[in-house]
Amino acid sequence: MSNLLSIVTFLPALAAAILALFLRGEDRAAQANAKWLALTATLATFLASLFLLAGFEPANPGFQFVEEEPWIFGLTYRMGVDGISLPFVMLTTFLMPITILACWDVTHRVKEYMIAFLALETLMIGVFTALDLVLFYLFFEGGLIPMFLIIGIWGGKDRIYAAFKFFLYTFLGSVLMLVAMIAMYVDAGTTDIPRLLRHSFDAGPVELMGWQIMGGMQTLLWLAFFASFAVKMPMWPVHTWLPDAHVQAPTAGSVVLAAILLKMGGYGFLRFSLPMFPVASELMAPLVFWLSAIAIVYTSLVALMQEDMKKLIAYSSVAHMGFVTMGIFAANRQGVDGAIFQMISHGFISGALFLCVGVIYDRMHTREIAAYGGLVNRMPVYAAVFMLFTMANVGLPGTSGFVGEFLTLAGIFQVNTWVAAVAATGVILSAAYALWLYRRVVFGDLIKESLKAIGDMTRREKAVFAPLVAMTVLLGVYPSLVTDLIGPTVADLLTRYDTALAAAADAAASLRLAAN
Amino acid sequence: METVILLAPLAGAIICGFGWRLIGEQAGMVIATAILFLCMLLSWIVFLGHDGETSRIVLMRFIDSGTLSTDWAIRLDRLTAIMLVVVTTVSALVHLYSFGYMAHDDNWRHGEHYRARFFAYLSFFTFAMLALVTSDNLVQMFFGWEGVGVASYLLIGFYWRKGSANAAAIKAFVVNRIGDFGFALGIFALFYLTDAVSFDVIFGAAPRLAETEIAFLWTSWNAAELIAFLLFVGAMGKSAQLFLHTWLPDAMEGPTPVSALIHAATMVTAGVFLVCRMSPVMEFAPGATAFITWIGAATAFFAATVGLVQNDIKRVIAYSTCSQLGYMFVAAGVGVYSVAMFHLFTHAFFKAMLFLGAGSVIHGMHHEQDMRNYGGLRHKLPWTFAAMLVGTLAITGVGIPLTQYGFAGFVSKDAIIESAFAAGELPVFWLLVAGAAMTSFYSWRLMFMTFWGSPRGDHHTHEHAHESPRTMLMPLAVLAAGSVLAGMVWYNSFFGKEETVKAWFGIPVAEAATDASGDAAGHAPAAEAHAGGDAVHGAAALPGEGAIYIGPDNHVLHDAHYVPAWVRAAPFVAMLLGLAVAFQFYIRRPDWPAALARNQRPLYLFLLNKWYFDEIYDFLFVRSARAIGRLLWKKGDGAVIDGSINGLAMGVVPFMTRLAARAQSGYVFHYAFAMVLGIAILVTWMTLSAGGN
Repeated sequence: MSNLLSIVTFLPALAAAILALFLRGEDRAAQANAKWLALTATLATFLASLFLLAGFEPANPGFQFVEEEPWIFGLTYRMGVDGISLPFVMLTTFLMPITILACWDVTHRVKEYMIAFLALETLMIGVFTALDLVLFYLFFEGGLIPMFLIIGIWGGKDRIYAAFKFFLYTFLGSVLMLVAMIAMYVDAGTTDIPRLLRHSFDAGPVELMGWQIMGGMQTLLWLAFFASFAVKMPMWPVHTWLPDAHVQAPTAGSVVLAAILLKMGGYGFLRFSLPMFPVASELMAPLVFWLSAIAIVYTSLVALMQEDMKKLIAYSSVAHMGFVTMGIFAANRQGVDGAIFQMISHGFISGALFLCVGVIYDRMHTREIAAYGGLVNRMPVYAAVFMLFTMANVGLPGTSGFVGEFLTLAGIFQVNTWVAAVAATGVILSAAYALWLYRRVVFGDLIKESLKAIGDMTRREKAVFAPLVAMTVLLGVYPSLVTDLIGPTVADLLTRYDTALAAAADAAASLRLAAN
Repeated sequence: METVILLAPLAGAIICGFGWRLIGEQAGMVIATAILFLCMLLSWIVFLGHDGETSRIVLMRFIDSGTLSTDWAIRLDRLTAIMLVVVTTVSALVHLYSFGYMAHDDNWRHGEHYRARFFAYLSFFTFAMLALVTSDNLVQMFFGWEGVGVASYLLIGFYWRKGSANAAAIKAFVVNRIGDFGFALGIFALFYLTDAVSFDVIFGAAPRLAETEIAFLWTSWNAAELIAFLLFVGAMGKSAQLFLHTWLPDAMEGPTPVSALIHAATMVTAGVFLVCRMSPVMEFAPGATAFITWIGAATAFFAATVGLVQNDIKRVIAYSTCSQLGYMFVAAGVGVYSVAMFHLFTHAFFKAMLFLGAGSVIHGMHHEQDMRNYGGLRHKLPWTFAAMLVGTLAITGVGIPLTQYGFAGFVSKDAIIESAFAAGELPVFWLLVAGAAMTSFYSWRLMFMTFWGSPRGDHHTHEHAHESPRTMLMPLAVLAAGSVLAGMVWYNSFFGKEETVKAWFGIPVAEAATDASGDAAGHAPAAEAHAGGDAVHGAAALPGEGAIYIGPDNHVLHDAHYVPAWVRAAPFVAMLLGLAVAFQFYIRRPDWPAALARNQRPLYLFLLNKWYFDEIYDFLFVRSARAIGRLLWKKGDGAVIDGSINGLAMGVVPFMTRLAARAQSGYVFHYAFAMVLGIAILVTWMTLSAGGN
């Protein structure tokens, strides 16, 4: 099948369209239909993506399943995956059925809710599969809208504030990226990402408003992309939209936001910043390192003091994304492998943690940590599941959380030991806030009257968690499942990165020679 | 066979932890225990049949990223073999003991199932500990290292209704993580310099590390020194050495069998094992090993002083453990790794027994742990008393002076003290001797307060005090036998002639032979010995050959056999002194301790409050971290970032919010649709117009 990738990408959108056009009514039956259709569509998408995985040749570092068709306005519809994007596609298709299953009890505007998630899935997969700048930008920005709606309509008390904060932060970041994309098109004459990857942007110093810009055009483009991806990750200090968005978002929205949407920033760094602007990346790496290290320590300390469960996990997400950015710009094999692994693993773990909050939120309708305590008395299964993901979140070896942290730290240590040491304190702080949260919510005697009748996880909830538990342990014990997939592509990326840097150094040297 | 030993406890943990609902609690517990006894049997077969040759079994790939490539694998050498028997033996006995100890527990309500969970945790711990000791690379070791930490966390917090148990569990995990922070950095540094994490490669590269400089943080370091130091920080956390010791006494919140297994015999000795395992690196790091020696000696002394005044029976033994670990680190620090392992080996027997004996007392006294409420129990608990007496004789070091015949602790502890003297560390030697006197005092104090005198405290409890069931007494008997014999039987293997020890640990002995025969006093100039070994024999042990590495200049093991007689007698005299004082204080004049505490109140409070470490740490780290966290959250995120960066955006938001609020949620779709269109048009227009230029 030559258009397998398009099928995977647009299957959810097709389901969304069917829902929008043909499903009428707000009664129970219609709601059930909407949910079942959404679940079926996401499962079908996951099954289709398994064919992608099966047909993918990991040894080939280039793009595979490439599709190219002429499109409107002389643009080209171009899709494909390589070892870096495929894991993210798989992560998305894997998590979406779980997400749909997790919002089974929603009763408010179910049809629209399902449409939003299905549309979101198409847009997210599209981000990872698009091989054309314009297409990428459309998917990247388009994803904001369903998420904006999910927070704004199905969210908590302050949902409007949070939705706008989310939208404005990410959108303002992206405007700069759009400008940069246009500049890239002007410079390279194409919006074809594989061709742009081979294009070398000028890295000679330029004057701008009296400032000497090292790395020239590359630095400017890099900064513009950085503005967008750093907000998306999010990196310190542009992270403050995330806790608000998470707190107000419905459970399923938080899951998608933490598990997949955040990863677009990291993916963007790997697809654009590192390979297309190598000179600028090397130049700006120390900035990224320190922002990452600060993020890890700063947000971990802040997480320690949170009183709202979702906020705590949101801050811990920011800390974990700090390992990702640090690893990517360490620009060595362990760093980049670790960063990708950390993103995949964080998808499972943070998704599961938000689902854990959702389980008790559905019962008690509060996220206040102080409102809980002693849940293990009545919810032993929940306690066990939450314990596993708490431990995964603190990076316990044997869970997937360890591999990413370990590899990124091993990577950064080779580049900058200060950053490695500061970032490594994150493993102490994460243990402190995660176990402290767990103790306050789960351990202790059950004394609160309101909790006396709380019930353990239902069969549906167990079904939601089972695949996440399996993946977290499987990837923790046998991480080669991911590293084998990404390895050759990452190796190729780094070889080209190093070659480009060497070439740039040569060019600069000969320039100096000529000047003398 | 080794694979079975490693994986069977995991299977036991899974069957018992998840399967008990199907097969019943009792069946789950029996299966877990049976599996452990099987492992114990196999481990002894491996241990006794081991010929010193290092072998390797690869199970599966683990992390694989570029040159960082690791496997799940088993490295079997003498160190592993020793740890296998220690871990599986104590674990199997503790499983058995727990049948009795956990049968009725007042911490649980009627009808609550907790026993299968307890056994599952114990088995899981055993698996993690075995993964640690069988590892052939640092990453798997780190897996075991943190795995035992989690098991310890779960077991310390086993009584999850108790706030103090939960707090102690978190404290144990977090303090251990501070150590792990150092350990992890050590692994990264090793990987950075040797491009490998497997022991074989690292050991081979060790001599080169000694000549390498590495830039770390603010300055440049000798690579071997830095790595040895960082790894030792990990060991300090796990083995509760001074400054990172505060979690161990609190860990006594867990059920007593846990204290015996994890916080006495196995997990806390992992740090000593790590230092011995990394001996090829340690041998090239004289500065770091001096640091290890001093931390060990300071801990041995400090913990013993605190142990003098504690009233909780388990806390006394906990500080005793802390102190004994210090002894082991001294041995490792001065370069006699075999002696460190010796004490680790014997200590596992007698300390596990002391804990299990204390558990038996606590069980018989209805969970009373304060020794001030004991007294005269030797009539009520005769078997427990007998076992505790053997344990006390072992830990205080009773034996025939100037010979190798005595209880286990006599042989191994004296070996450490003699080695410290032989290494020329006189202050360390005296600290250890003083520690031995205090060890004797607090051990006998415990015995006298518990088993002698007249019953104190609630007489109702005393009337109902009862001897423990057979499942609890049998493990005590086995461990008692070990406490008597372990030292004498394996004396030659661990602390005999240099060539015997080397042969036992699988080290080629060519060089040692010249050395021992050449100079009776063992003071052959180092350079000469080195040259001779290399040039003449050519077969001198290289780092990585054998289970431990003893550098060519390291003659401490040899010299320790030639220390003056007064040195060899010193610990024995110290022991007698401690016994005499304890006898005077607690048997002849029981009013003296209280009077002394009154007279020397500041000193007493200082010791009773454990040198105020907890208070200082709470102030320095816990409170300040929370204060900084609050500051960053409210001021950093709230005022500075939200205030300035999105000040502009926030000006827009209220306007938008009003719009959105007016529009009911149905209209939001229209806005959204307008946005999609807007963005699409914007993009296309800009792309096209830019293309036109």
